[in-house]
Amino acid sequence: MSDLLPIAQAAFEPDTGDTAWMLTATALVILMTIGLGVFYAGLVRAKNALNTFMMCIAALAVVGICWALVGYSLAFGGTGDFIGNFDYAFLNDVGFGPYAEGQTIPHLVFFAFQGSFCIITAALVSGAVVERMRFSAYLVFLVIWSIAVYPVMAHWVFGGGFLFDGGTLDFAGGISVEMGSGFSALAAALVVGARKDYGRQALLPHNGVLVLLGAGLLWFGWFGFNGGSGIGTGNQSVLAFANTLLTPAAAIATWFMLDAIRGRKVTAIGAATAIIVGCVLITPAGGFVSPGWALVIGVVGTFPCYALVAWRPRTRVDETLDVLAVHGLAGFLGILAIGFVAQEAWNGVEAAGLAPNGDGLFYGGGALLGDQALAALIAPAYAFAATFVILKAIGFVTNLRASQHEEAIGLDVVYHGEEAYPTGEGAILVSTEAGVEEPRPVADAG
Amino acid sequence: MKLVIGIVRPEKANDVLEALYRAEVRGVSISRVEGHGGELDRVETYRGTTVKVGLSDKVRFEIAVSDSFVQPTIDAISAGARTGEVGDGKIFVVPLERAVRIRTGETDQGAVTPVGGAS
Repeated sequence: MSDLLPIAQAAFEPDTGDTAWMLTATALVILMTIGLGVFYAGLVRAKNALNTFMMCIAALAVVGICWALVGYSLAFGGTGDFIGNFDYAFLNDVGFGPYAEGQTIPHLVFFAFQGSFCIITAALVSGAVVERMRFSAYLVFLVIWSIAVYPVMAHWVFGGGFLFDGGTLDFAGGISVEMGSGFSALAAALVVGARKDYGRQALLPHNGVLVLLGAGLLWFGWFGFNGGSGIGTGNQSVLAFANTLLTPAAAIATWFMLDAIRGRKVTAIGAATAIIVGCVLITPAGGFVSPGWALVIGVVGTFPCYALVAWRPRTRVDETLDVLAVHGLAGFLGILAIGFVAQEAWNGVEAAGLAPNGDGLFYGGGALLGDQALAALIAPAYAFAATFVILKAIGFVTNLRASQHEEAIGLDVVYHGEEAYPTGEGAILVSTEAGVEEPRPVADAG
Repeated sequence: MKLVIGIVRPEKANDVLEALYRAEVRGVSISRVEGHGGELDRVETYRGTTVKVGLSDKVRFEIAVSDSFVQPTIDAISAGARTGEVGDGKIFVVPLERAVRIRTGETDQGAVTPVGGAS
């Protein structure tokens, strides 16, 4: 696996089962970005619902393009320690052959699958800056971030970088996706600053049903996210798929219990949050731990995340949708959990020559815990520092924020000229598709 | 005894409530209304359909006060609601013929005086 040179395309016959599943898994991960838009839109006020959703749609567009141009190559080209090269820039040499020896799917499918990860990671970061960031500044941020941050971290763990070579285990992106987005979100919240009414007024979710629906779509998509991260239909993929059912279930039940103890009521927005916490906890560990330990990770990992979600709004840091608690912290815990409870008997990474250590501390493998701890320290530091610098730099050139007046009106009307819930009352028709030129009053505004 | 009606921006409603509280004005009703007060129309486009939206969301405060409280109430609403842009709203003061507190049957002055407060 350490030799990542693409082999000749002519002799390659892809495995149809693996390829079919990876095509499906890619589509599932793309659906997650839409699910995230639904989830985030429900969590903000009605006047910002479209803008918040559009931040996710923008990631699909901007990051999708950047990934094809250079992002993919920086993540998966070459075997440099820190970052890839430009071998695959502009999709050069990305075709129907395999990406690396041993892979059973065409390179193009691998490219698309990994691209869907970069897209959702960038979209996740938007949760820290919703309801006040300027849309154009956000688009610029997406371009730079999706080239300078995600591909670097993905290269470390998936593309032959130093964590990959060192034996750190990360099944589906606890480092690049979850810690990458969570700690970037913290930096973004600090640089962009709090919403003008934060801490002064109650800023409440405008639609709890959207929040639950979005969380459900995310979970559904996560079966492709984790289940596809074995790049096929092997045992690790099957294990990760089953674990993606178990850990969120345990997380929801634990969240119910903590809610009941704290406020005597089990909350729906809390349950939606717990689904995501559970999915994130098992993201890095999915293909490495037994189903039993997946349940335990869901229970134990939920406690710190719950505490951070409860505590963060009491601080001055308006990390609005708690990306740090739900993704950064849960990803951190999942990465560490591998160092304790991974089992070679379940993951088989040593036998397959994928990594030097398949057993965690509880099964006699102390070295693995060290590799996991190294990743858990370096990944947050890089994500935070790089995002901080990028946003500061953009802030020198242009405004990062909407004006106070625009923030008061709501960003849907200001940036998109639309409302999420227009009534049509008082709206005067200016033109229609039928080509009516004369303004025709439909309601008397007088 | 007057009825003070203040029509303000929805995003300033909390500031008005806070200012009224500081001015010790108690007993407020609010409702959400839509109106047009000379501010610029906003243009919205939904695919091929472009519309000018002439009505903006507003919040309407209704406060019945004794004569000595009229000015403080006006001041509080003004201070809380002003942004300086067109569309900040209006305050109307209208004479109030009668007021009855349902719980006690108190009328007029007694009815608009907060429980335990000075007239």
